[in-house]
Amino acid sequence: MAEKLYIEALAEAIKEEFERDPNVFMMGEDIGIYGGAFGVTKGMYPKYKDKLIETPISEASIVGAGVGAALVGMRPIVEIMFSDFMMDAMEWIVNQAAKLRYMTGGQLKVPLVIRSPMGSGTGAAAQHSQSLPAMFAHIPGLKVVMPATPYDVKGLFKAAVRDDNPVIFFEHKLLYWTKGEVPEGDYIVPIGKADVKREGKDITIIAGSITVIRSLEAAEKLKGEGIDVEVIDVRSLSPLDTETIVNSVIKTGKVLIVEDDNKSYGWGAEVLSRIVESDAFDYLDYPIQRLGGKDVPIPYNPKLERAAVPQVEDIIEAVKAIFGKE
Amino acid sequence: MELSKEKLLWMYKKMVQIRQFELKTDELYKKNMIWGTYHLYVGEEAAAVGACAALEPTDYITSTHRGHGHTIAKGADLKRMMAELLGKETGHCKGRGGSMHIADISTGHLGANGIVAGGIPIATGAALASKLRGDKRVTLCFFGDGAANTGAFNESLNMAAIWQLPVVYFCENNQYAMSAPVNKFTAVKNIADRAASYNMPGVIVDGNDVLEVYKAVKEAVDRARKGEGPTLIEAKTYRWFGHSKSDPRVYRTREEEEEWKKKDPIKRFAEKLLSEGVATEEELKKIDEEVAKEIEEAYQFAVESPEPMVEDLAKYVYAEEGE
Ligand SMILES: Cc1ncc(C[n+]2csc(CCOP(=O)(O)OP(=O)(O)O)c2C)c(N)n1
Ligand SMILES: [Mg+2]
Repeated sequence: MAEKLYIEALAEAIKEEFERDPNVFMMGEDIGIYGGAFGVTKGMYPKYKDKLIETPISEASIVGAGVGAALVGMRPIVEIMFSDFMMDAMEWIVNQAAKLRYMTGGQLKVPLVIRSPMGSGTGAAAQHSQSLPAMFAHIPGLKVVMPATPYDVKGLFKAAVRDDNPVIFFEHKLLYWTKGEVPEGDYIVPIGKADVKREGKDITIIAGSITVIRSLEAAEKLKGEGIDVEVIDVRSLSPLDTETIVNSVIKTGKVLIVEDDNKSYGWGAEVLSRIVESDAFDYLDYPIQRLGGKDVPIPYNPKLERAAVPQVEDIIEAVKAIFGKE
Repeated sequence: MELSKEKLLWMYKKMVQIRQFELKTDELYKKNMIWGTYHLYVGEEAAAVGACAALEPTDYITSTHRGHGHTIAKGADLKRMMAELLGKETGHCKGRGGSMHIADISTGHLGANGIVAGGIPIATGAALASKLRGDKRVTLCFFGDGAANTGAFNESLNMAAIWQLPVVYFCENNQYAMSAPVNKFTAVKNIADRAASYNMPGVIVDGNDVLEVYKAVKEAVDRARKGEGPTLIEAKTYRWFGHSKSDPRVYRTREEEEEWKKKDPIKRFAEKLLSEGVATEEELKKIDEEVAKEIEEAYQFAVESPEPMVEDLAKYVYAEEGE
């Protein structure tokens, strides 16, 4: 298998879906000759110029038009340049895309993908750095995924495009330039299936998106401390794969949940709740711990910015604390 | 020219400050001293300065992601601005905001904005407050050609018109929104043409002519202050550099850029000041040198300033009682 960058794997998935289904197209700002703010569609123009619908700065209507096109049989992919800008489109995401199927008694469906970069670490400050997947996972009718690896981004993207429901697809910016194995050609990573990214017997770390990568790095370092860490990548927040999580917790008896969103009301609280409501509760031999972003807007200053979300050293420290090491 | 020499030279100095501040910003970014991103205002100086020259110190502005020029023109402190870009505790936003979020309430600057069109409803609300309180202040709202295609633009201009608010919507049409050329992404030829749909005056000005900008804005501000309602002004100009830090500008030609650079607003104004005998070359040169010194001092101040403390990460999330 070839090693590819996350951004390359994603671009490959987009192009393959363009080729596979004439109803697939993409809408967004600066996605043509400019190649998108992060370069995801770089080089697709002019070959795919009929597939790349460039829009004015009109997030509400970009998403709204995506909903409309989806209702009548297209499979639109909407790129929102930074996921923070989805806030301008919340009406069409939350009140329209998420509910049209239900409200019409199953007559309508909205096969729409909204893909968008999220997260801090680039010095772009409070309005360009949020991780907000939990906010969307709260809404029935939406599916929410956040792939962490090049393999998963390609497979999950294809699953998202082929899904008959609105899927919010989050790409952490710092992942774009990470590498991993990616098979050639078509494959699917199912939405709603977590993945054991590293097997271990002493503790389960449950992570998503960028925190998977940080947890894996922490796990390697913790090996030296004699702690054998299992890392579960939720991959999909909605639906959430409770079974994979519960099975791991039954095995290890200890849990640390690591999320990049700020902690209060974050998705980690939902994961925690699913664990304590399950059979795994009886197997816990230590209170479930959570690490999340601080409850602050993302600051500009790089030291503050770094301190606002969990880093590798924070994960190591949290695991050690569970094992009574300082 | 009916403006005093003092005012004209103030305009010249502000434009030079903006130009030099931006060139310094670019230099510092290239030296890895600026984190994150920034949007340079080089080439558009006449717009901010002409507009702010028509305002009182107590009037309000809202700004954009490309906000350094507006901020300087409204009177912010170069030292604190530079400190903000370097993420320092002494910056206008104590290092929390950075380039895209500079605000300076002491000069009536309600904030740059990371969200395109974010400032348009906010300006509308500030003007509504002035109307409710009868404080005679005017709000000037800076925004780009790209922002004019948002829903917020439509909603705000309609509200300002039905309520006859003391606000001036000042569109800097620099021909592009990132890579999107205005003529392909805007259905009307001129953004000012849209004023007709809000039943307010729409005015087009040469945004590279500081005096023309001043005149148009002054008229709009006077009307607003008298309670005669909002105006939409469109200043045609051009950004010389890329949209933000790393933009190879594949969507436009170098020839087009050169054409616009010939209309350098600072050079044009300097020539006018000289040809009309308002100032001598020595006087202008002295201003240039003064500004260079100010920029250097601002830089030194910023470099020597302390960073915010990580312990203070959660400070300013909420307003504390009595603050
Ligand atoms: C709601 C929103 N959408 C997209 C962006 C990304 N973005 C930042 S500036 C910009 C172009 C803005 O163009 P314009 O309003 O003409 O201002 P200019 O940059 O030309 O000064 C875009 C698309 C954003 N910051 N906010
Ligand atoms: Mg523009």
